[in-house]
Amino acid sequence: MLKQIEGSRAMAEAIALCRPEIICAYPITPQTHIVEGVGALVRDGTLQNCEFINVESEFAALSVAIGASAAGARAYTATASQGLLFMAEAVYNASGLGLPIVMTLGNRAIGAPINIWNDHSEAMSMRDAGWMQLFAETNQEAVDLHIQAFKLAEEMSMPVMVCVDGFILTHAVERVDIPQQEDVDTYLPPYEPVQVLDPADPISIGAMVGPEAFTEVRFLQHYKQQQALSLIPVLADEFEDLFGRRSGGLLRTYKTEDAELIVVAMGSVCGTIKDTIDELREEGFLIGLVTLISYRPFPVDQLRDALAEAEHIVVVEKSVSVGMGGPLANDIDLALRNMAHPPRLHSAVAGLGGRPITKNSLADLFRQSLVQPWEGTHFLDLNERIVARNIHRSRKVRRSGPIAENLIRQMATEN
Amino acid sequence: MFQVRIHGRGGQGVVTAAELLSVAAFREGRNAQAFPSFGSERTGAPVVAFCRISNKEIRLREPVLEPDCLIVLDATLFRAVDVFQGLKPDGWLLINTNKPLAELHIDPVVQRLPKGHTVIVPATELALKHVKRPVPNAALLGAFAALGGQVHIDAVEAAIREAFAGPVGEANVAAAREAYDAALEQEKILTA
Repeated sequence: MLKQIEGSRAMAEAIALCRPEIICAYPITPQTHIVEGVGALVRDGTLQNCEFINVESEFAALSVAIGASAAGARAYTATASQGLLFMAEAVYNASGLGLPIVMTLGNRAIGAPINIWNDHSEAMSMRDAGWMQLFAETNQEAVDLHIQAFKLAEEMSMPVMVCVDGFILTHAVERVDIPQQEDVDTYLPPYEPVQVLDPADPISIGAMVGPEAFTEVRFLQHYKQQQALSLIPVLADEFEDLFGRRSGGLLRTYKTEDAELIVVAMGSVCGTIKDTIDELREEGFLIGLVTLISYRPFPVDQLRDALAEAEHIVVVEKSVSVGMGGPLANDIDLALRNMAHPPRLHSAVAGLGGRPITKNSLADLFRQSLVQPWEGTHFLDLNERIVARNIHRSRKVRRSGPIAENLIRQMATEN
Repeated sequence: MFQVRIHGRGGQGVVTAAELLSVAAFREGRNAQAFPSFGSERTGAPVVAFCRISNKEIRLREPVLEPDCLIVLDATLFRAVDVFQGLKPDGWLLINTNKPLAELHIDPVVQRLPKGHTVIVPATELALKHVKRPVPNAALLGAFAALGGQVHIDAVEAAIREAFAGPVGEANVAAAREAYDAALEQEKILTA
């Protein structure tokens, strides 16, 4: 059913359609509206056979989900930013135990300095935790990915994070087609666990594994994610057959066939990039986009195929690995490794802590990559004056104080 | 694509106004996208929300930088923030005030816009009269329906009723309808 609806509310309705049996949540901006929404659907009886558990922290939220999932229940939770960091230990446990929990991240920056706005830092902080990570471009895709995520998680016996840009998607009111319950029931059968804690038939899970088998356990985890590379497109195909629209999959191309420059990005910024591409193509700039949906598992072969013919790749990403640069660019580099004539890779970090990514800045960036390529990581729309002043100041003064507060003070005096 | 930027203060219903406008456009079969400026909003602090309306799918996620229409819920904001930034030369300006336009000291902006594209409505007064609370958003949306033909007043009224059931919805609809009539009348005079 077509609705003009807030992204969070649409996701809540989609999650309810997936018939989770346990939802545990602790509020954190910008994810809160999602679990509030599902909570309301449990309370008004729309979502039956589901226990909504208010817990005392994010660590408890995921721990309860782990217990519920191990006992055979379909379990769901959501978090963002510092909330994900607080549950970090449980994040690794959920994947290590092979529990098919689905968790939404309303992607938000990590402090300090405290920042409630969108970027992908927290998702990146858990990219090696053994969860699959899917990024939504629109609220329609966010809805559809949740339905696919439960099936993917349960088929692979492995947890999935659905990453949704905080505020930009979670708080946007737009047109979303909410699927019918009977279609979701057809697509997503009831959860049949591959392992279950049952007092009648006791087993233990999560026992200690020593050096004699730990490598093998990790290998099998890695192997399973590689297997998921084959399953994710199949689930997207099945979804398309049943619901009549394409959502999910490993990646999506836009005008890449004849492109000399291909942009690679994840999440909602891809919409702005597509509009930018259309305008640049009117000037004769042969440019296209690869939207990466599955960040973990990382589709190396599929990316290589999609990018091989281009001369330039610009990676636009909303996170920075401090001391290294853009983590997505680094991963894309892996996909291009060992090619005879790899495209030239340009790395750009944009949209940190909620800074708007505009068409104008993107168009300048893409043009610049051809005529005046940069070395290393480019920070889009960096205020170079304020940065230079701070570097200069901290060189002169030993006790120069906290960077964040100094910057804010400087900017205030300049205005 | 028609882009609206709404300026107001926390508590005036700025974000709700953008959402209602998107629902009204949606009801007329158009694509619409509403989103807030994502601050840590507080009552009385300047707040901005955006709405895009288009016949095609809306992919753009940047804030509205060059609005086709500015809706200003609080005229004291002219002294606090750069409300007019990016307003298109043929754009519309809709202001909530009970003062004459001349007393707002924004003549240079008004003169840049086409004749009849600046409309003032005493939306807070209308809200107090009908809704009994100083929430000018619904009334301004009614006035918006009188400008440029982006959404019909019927769709605005339906969107208001969808969001607010019962007497509260009807009171807001009454405020919107009166503001719509006032804006139409004003346009007639200004463009005569």
